Formats: sequence, C-alpha cells, structure tokens
Amino acid sequence: MTTATFDMPVGAQKPSSTAGIAVALLLPIALVNAIGFILPVFNLARMSFNEALPGGGIAEAFTAANWTGLLQDSFYIELILNSIMVSLGITLATLLVSYPIALYLHRASGAWRTFLTVLVISPLLTSAVVRTYGWIALLAEQGPVANVIASMGFQPPRMMFNTTGVVIGLTEILMPYMILSLMAGFGRLDPKVEEAARTLGATPFRTFWRVILPLTLPGIALGCLLCFVLSISSFITPKLMGGGRVFLLATEIYDQAIVTLNWPLAATLSMLVLIIFGAALAVYSRVLRMIEG
Amino acid sequence: MEDNPTSWFMRITVTILFLFLLAPVLLVFPISFSGDQILAFPPSSWSLRWYEALLGNNVMMSAFLTSLGLASVVTVLSLIIAIPASYAIVRLKVTGSEFLFNLFTAPLLLPTIVLGLAILIIFASMGLLATFTGLVIGHLVITLPYALRVLSVSLGNLSLACEEAASSLGAKPLAVFGKVTLPMMAPGIVAATALCFLVSFDEVVITLFLTGPRMTTLPVELFHHVESQADPLVASVSVLLILMTLAVVMIVDRTMGLTKAMASGRAVSMSTVADAT
Repeated sequence: MTTATFDMPVGAQKPSSTAGIAVALLLPIALVNAIGFILPVFNLARMSFNEALPGGGIAEAFTAANWTGLLQDSFYIELILNSIMVSLGITLATLLVSYPIALYLHRASGAWRTFLTVLVISPLLTSAVVRTYGWIALLAEQGPVANVIASMGFQPPRMMFNTTGVVIGLTEILMPYMILSLMAGFGRLDPKVEEAARTLGATPFRTFWRVILPLTLPGIALGCLLCFVLSISSFITPKLMGGGRVFLLATEIYDQAIVTLNWPLAATLSMLVLIIFGAALAVYSRVLRMIEG
Repeated sequence: MEDNPTSWFMRITVTILFLFLLAPVLLVFPISFSGDQILAFPPSSWSLRWYEALLGNNVMMSAFLTSLGLASVVTVLSLIIAIPASYAIVRLKVTGSEFLFNLFTAPLLLPTIVLGLAILIIFASMGLLATFTGLVIGHLVITLPYALRVLSVSLGNLSLACEEAASSLGAKPLAVFGKVTLPMMAPGIVAATALCFLVSFDEVVITLFLTGPRMTTLPVELFHHVESQADPLVASVSVLLILMTLAVVMIVDRTMGLTKAMASGRAVSMSTVADAT
C-alpha cells in the first residue's frame, strides 16, 4: 500500500477534479464578496449619476448633475477643501507626537520594548466611540484640561464642538497607526550610523537632521499616507466631537444618506473620497520615488 | 542608557506623549464609578450607580446580547468560509490565486463610511436592513478579509512534509486535511477567531447604516447615546467593552501559548500523521 501511493503528493489528482474542488471551496467567499462588496460598490458608482428627487426619491437617470452641482456649490467646495486641510493638519500633528515614541521604541529592547509596544497597540483594540467619549470628558467646558489651563491663569479656549476638538481627538486615535508605520520604516536606522555621526563631532540636533531624519523618510511617508487617508474618511470622532458644527466629507456623506435621504449626492461624495484616496496614493508613490531615487 | 540631558529630554517627552495616547481610555475607568448625575472629571463622589443603571437599561442589555450573538455567528461563518478558501488559494494554487486573494481582501481598502453607504443602498432593495441576516452579511464583508489573510499566512508557513507523508502513506485528501493540515493550522485558526470576533463586536460605521430601532448593536447604541447625552452610563458600557476585548486577547494568549508549546514537540505532528493513515 505504501509503495503504491508513494510518489503521489497532495493536490496531484486529475487537474479537472482539482479545479472543481477549488471552485466549490471558493464559492462561499466569492458569494459574500459579490453581494457585500462588488455589487454595492458598482451600484454606488452608478447611483452618483442618478437624479435625486425632493423627499428622498430617486429617478433612474444618467446625468452628471450631482457632480457639476457639487463643484459649483460653494458650500461643498469649502467642505472638500476644509476636509483636506483638516486631514493634512491632523496628519502633521500625528506625525509630530508619534515620531518621538517610535524612535524611543526603535531604540528600546527586550521586555520593556514589548511592554511599550503592547501599550501602543492597546488603544487600537478599543472602540473609537469609547476613545472619543474619553476625549469628550477631557475637553469638556469644565473638564480637567480646561481646569489645568485656567489654573495657569489663562482663559481656556473652547475645545469641544469645533475643529480643535476633532483635531485633538483624531490625532490621538490615529497615533498607533502612525507609530507602527514609522517603526516598520525605521529598519534602515542603524545605531552605529548615529554613533559614527556623534563620534565625528556632530551635535545631537545635527545628527537628527542630517542622519536620522533622512533615513526614516520612507516610514514617515507611509505613516502620513495612512493617517491622511484614515482621517479624511473618519466619521465617529468628527460626528461626536463636532456636535453637528464641524462639516467634513465623512459626516456629510452620513447626513445626506441617513438624514436628508439624498442617496445620489451621498454616493457622489463617496466617489469623491475614493478619488482623493487615489490622489493621495499617487502623491505617496511619487514622494517614495524621490526619497529612494 | 547614557545620562546626558538629551536622553532625559527624550524620556520626559515620550512619557508625556504616552499619557496623551492612553489618557482617554484610562479616564473611562474612574468615570464609570462616578456618583454624579452628569459627566464630570474628577467625579464629586463615587458609586456603582452607573453599573446598576446599565443592568437596568433594557435597550443597552439587549443590544449587548445582539452584539454577542452577532459576533459569534459571524466568527463561526468566517472560519467555515475562509478555511476552505485559504486552502484553495494557498494549497491548490488555482489559476489567478493572487488576483482572487487581492479581490477577497479588497473590502479592507475601502473606507467604512463608503462601504457602509454602498451596502445600505443594496440591502435596502433586498429588504435586509435592520435584520440579523443583513448584519451578518455586512460584518462578513469585513471579517472575511482578516480571516483569509491570517489563515493564508498560517497555511503558507506550514511545511508540506507532513501532508505529503500522510498522503504517501495512503491517506485520502480529506483525511490529510482533517487530521494533518487542520490541526497544524490551529494557531492561525485561534488568531482568526479572535480577530473576527473583535472586529465584528466593535464594528460601528458599517453597522450604523444597517441597524434600525428594531435591531441594534452595542457599539451603535453607545454611539447614539453619546450623540444625545454623554453621561457616565457610557463609561460603564465602555468598561464592559474593554473587559470583553481583554478577555478575548487573554484567551488567545493562553491558547496560542499552549498550541505553540504542543507544536514545538515534533512527536505531536508525527503522531497526527500516523493517526491519519
């Protein structure tokens, strides 16, 4: 028995039966993918060319009215520009507060490094709703942050229900993504190179500016791409911390879809988010080529 | 560590930044023991009233049970669907397997707000809104990519030697899979189980589009509650959510540690080969 089947490895049955088995094994996942992903996304793209009727009705049409209307409405132009600016600001803030942690983690070793890495990842396992609620408690009008600022003799600024709150909350929420991206890109940073720069007489600042920073640029680019893309499409934090007073792309998509019931407009705004994603990716690959080349 | 001013400056900076990163999560714990009527920190008195309020809140409790049931069903279905799929892609190497892998993991590339809206529009025409079936399919769309990715990596890392040995000893393909491949994939399966459960249990944005007053999940109910009133009840629910996550992570850590210890003895895998034939 053993010798008879010896040179017949796994998966070496007749090709036609293997193909049949493979199709059967892949059918369920393909079905979910078709119903829950491909069909909805194509339908969404199609929806952006339909006509919205007053009162939530939709007329089957093939019109670019949603698109042209969007680009002629000063409210939406401002909304789009504002979303991009706020997301860029959040990305920059996230980079600034994440870089020291990533650098410190890169240099740490052993159990201490593992412990700190777990601390960095643990907020990722906590719901965005929970973390946003934590920020609402911290930044409330009579909250701890306002009290600290007041005790130093300053007039505490409004930090809730405006862009400031959204920026602070999202910066913290995106930090783990940025830190992990930075650490992934820090592989090229060899402590020996830093040591060499210091031995040759470079000041710590000069070492950072001329040695550490250039070597860590790929990680910075990756982290920035990820944070920009995540912040421009983030919904929970702007919705809860903006208190209906901060208008960004993602909150507007939700309001148009659920409150106003203007699905064609919501679909058009969604497509716009995807176009911005594509543009961000294009900028990223250009930047990466510049760094590497 | 050298004791120069730069390294002290670095340490203080990093400590402050870690505080910034962890503050909102840590703050939830003391607030949940607040005795105040409204959200304030630090609370003027301490009590368990918000945990009592949570137990007496029928909407929250039924949303919690829905979330629990939903996450369990979604996790089981994810494994049933993704294990065969990963086998077909990694082991059978069907034509275009790389394309299929990318296609099946693509939903993770879309922002959830866009995916949620897209699913809402399709499900509205199918009558799947605010139904358990609709929620299960909606969650599968994002748990399957995670499951497929984790299981494919796990399967790809396994050496073919044991499977080849079993089949050369005369085991039928199905027996090889059931008695050799599947047990060796155990660490990957545990990881996929935990990931699918956590992703489903914590999902908010897509679920927000698919739920209604008739059928809602805990994170969605929490979101609506914060939207209308951010009282300390949210903190007690948050603590519940965090403890839930912690429990899952700890279970995985224990089982994974266990399976790894078991797999480290080559004798185990050899005996499973013998078993299969």
